[in-house]
Amino acid sequence: MAVGVDLVFRQAQVSGGQPTRFVGADNYTRLFDDPQFWSVLVATVLFAAACVLATLAVGAGLAVLLTRASRWPRLALSLAAMAAWAVPAISGSTVWMFLFDTDLGLVNQVLGLDGYNWTYDRYTAFALVGAVVVWHSFPFVMVTLYAGIEAIPKSTLEAAAIDGASTWRTFWRIMVPILRPLLAIVVIQSIIWDFKVFTQIYVMTAGGGIAGQNLTLNVWAYQQAFAASEYGLGSAIGVVMMLILLVVTLLYLRTLKRSGEPL
Amino acid sequence: MKRRLAATLVVAGLALGACSPSTSTPASTASNGGPRTGALKVWLFEEPNRAPKDAVVKDAIAEFTAAHPNTSVDVAYIAVDTRSARFKGAFNDPASAPDVVEYGNTDLPEYAEAGGLADLGPVVSGWSEGADLGADAKATATYRNTLLGVPWYLGVRALYYRTDVFTELGLKPPTSEAELTATARTIHAKKPAMVGIAAGGKYTFGALPFIWANGGDITSISSPQSRAGLTAYTDLIKPDICPAPQCADLTGGKTVDLFAAGKAGMAILGNFNRGAVDAGVAKGKYAVVPLPGSTPGSVAPAFAGGNNLGIMKNSKRPALAADFLTLLASKKYQAKMYDAMGNLPTLNSARSDVATKDPFLKPFLDTIKAGTKFVPLNPGWGKIDAQAVLPTMIQKVATGKATVDQATDEAAKQISAALTS
Repeated sequence: MAVGVDLVFRQAQVSGGQPTRFVGADNYTRLFDDPQFWSVLVATVLFAAACVLATLAVGAGLAVLLTRASRWPRLALSLAAMAAWAVPAISGSTVWMFLFDTDLGLVNQVLGLDGYNWTYDRYTAFALVGAVVVWHSFPFVMVTLYAGIEAIPKSTLEAAAIDGASTWRTFWRIMVPILRPLLAIVVIQSIIWDFKVFTQIYVMTAGGGIAGQNLTLNVWAYQQAFAASEYGLGSAIGVVMMLILLVVTLLYLRTLKRSGEPL
Repeated sequence: MKRRLAATLVVAGLALGACSPSTSTPASTASNGGPRTGALKVWLFEEPNRAPKDAVVKDAIAEFTAAHPNTSVDVAYIAVDTRSARFKGAFNDPASAPDVVEYGNTDLPEYAEAGGLADLGPVVSGWSEGADLGADAKATATYRNTLLGVPWYLGVRALYYRTDVFTELGLKPPTSEAELTATARTIHAKKPAMVGIAAGGKYTFGALPFIWANGGDITSISSPQSRAGLTAYTDLIKPDICPAPQCADLTGGKTVDLFAAGKAGMAILGNFNRGAVDAGVAKGKYAVVPLPGSTPGSVAPAFAGGNNLGIMKNSKRPALAADFLTLLASKKYQAKMYDAMGNLPTLNSARSDVATKDPFLKPFLDTIKAGTKFVPLNPGWGKIDAQAVLPTMIQKVATGKATVDQATDEAAKQISAALTS
């Protein structure tokens, strides 16, 4: 990242023996003038937001389920989640691609959709990649929240039950406030991970989809920097991403503090 | 507390910023020095059907290691799609760089500008078979008067078609662009499981002949001629010929697979794809004619593709690398590579040998005779290719995301920016 801060103001050469030259804020003006940057930025933000919400919903739901399940189902669910967590992003994405293959995929055969191309439409492609991102990241949320829920004093929950609180109410009024610091961690982590998603997009949409419709900032930065040798522009995108994440994280921490919870 | 943390991060960042990536200062030419023993690293291109190529390379390695004691040769096959990033990485990191590389002749200006390839002038002038290399062939490996590669094989594309399907439907090989479109439409209508012609949205070298045949070019992509050519090509990626959900994302390699698997009535493939086609169900059921141009009876200008062998400037064993390169590029192995892959030899004597013994080559040699074209010999071409400017243009039109005019205007802007920077 630090090298990036240095690079964005220069036009780097690849071992050509020519010194870099100072180009001022050129890379940034070029970036902000590029309509593609804005469309990719919007796509990235929306895609990351959808992934974060879905990950939290799935992770929290399954965490609650874990606390209520009996021993064997709990073990099975934990093992399945751990397996999804342990799979490297690149192999996971590749396996999902096999499942959703246009001509030979299991999903198309089971659903009778022979020849349906899941990555042709922009939104189904994003939805498919999003499902894989959620599949890869929900176990972290689930395990963290499960540990948190288990640590809630039984007496508090019992008191709520005696007062006649429903499960839904217990969840929102007892569990969520107690879990707030943990939630802060999983939310920030998820935002950072999902905003920076690279492997799944790169593998599943062959580097950004048809006519670049599924590009996210990270994949685009990689293309600019390492494929097109625009190292300066690529770093500029990286720095912009870092600043966005920094702002989001600080805002989130501030809101939490305002609401009166010490971290 | 948080503010302090942020401040610490920024300070740490600035401190790290002082370390810039180092640039290397490698040896000047390939012929001088380096150890004559040890492991030689070789990068060759991945192919749709690699086994025959691998077999020939293994033969060459066996001959090489027999003549050079205490050496070994590690071959890695790299994907064509991601070659640009791999080469850039190798130029920057001498420790992981290969010694001998195969590279496409279109990539030459970019690699030359990056200073990544060694001067092969002395190697070729000292090589007994070097004189057999034609001046035309050498020119495709020369950038600013420096020979940076040995042309290894030539490749041109022509129209493959399924003879069994044509006989069954009573069709004749097309002799003009209009006939090509009509024939493709008939095939898909009569045989819906088959695409009329495998036309890929990412198949730049399949689309360029249409643009050239109409009088357009890459450097004038928004001219009326180029637009006519693009329209002719994208008209093939339509529901009645090659439906966009299936074809918009196809690369050249994927069209080979499609034709070989018997799922396409026609395809624009190279002489070098013969091995892959023969490995599929289409074997023995196809013939080749030159790709027709826009006027009846004409031939669309083909792209004069080819691959060179080069030596990396960062190579630690340049002399050993030169020995392996000249072996692989020798008449013996060019002939073997022709038998295995259908790669047209670059050595004159080897090419006339194969042309007389193999009538398969006739449509390709006819295509060469009718005139070929090349991409701009400019380092900007590498950028245009890596940014997928032309595939994006084709895909936008094929999927209806932009009109031909919008897509070509956008591409023209990116092309002129890349060529003038």
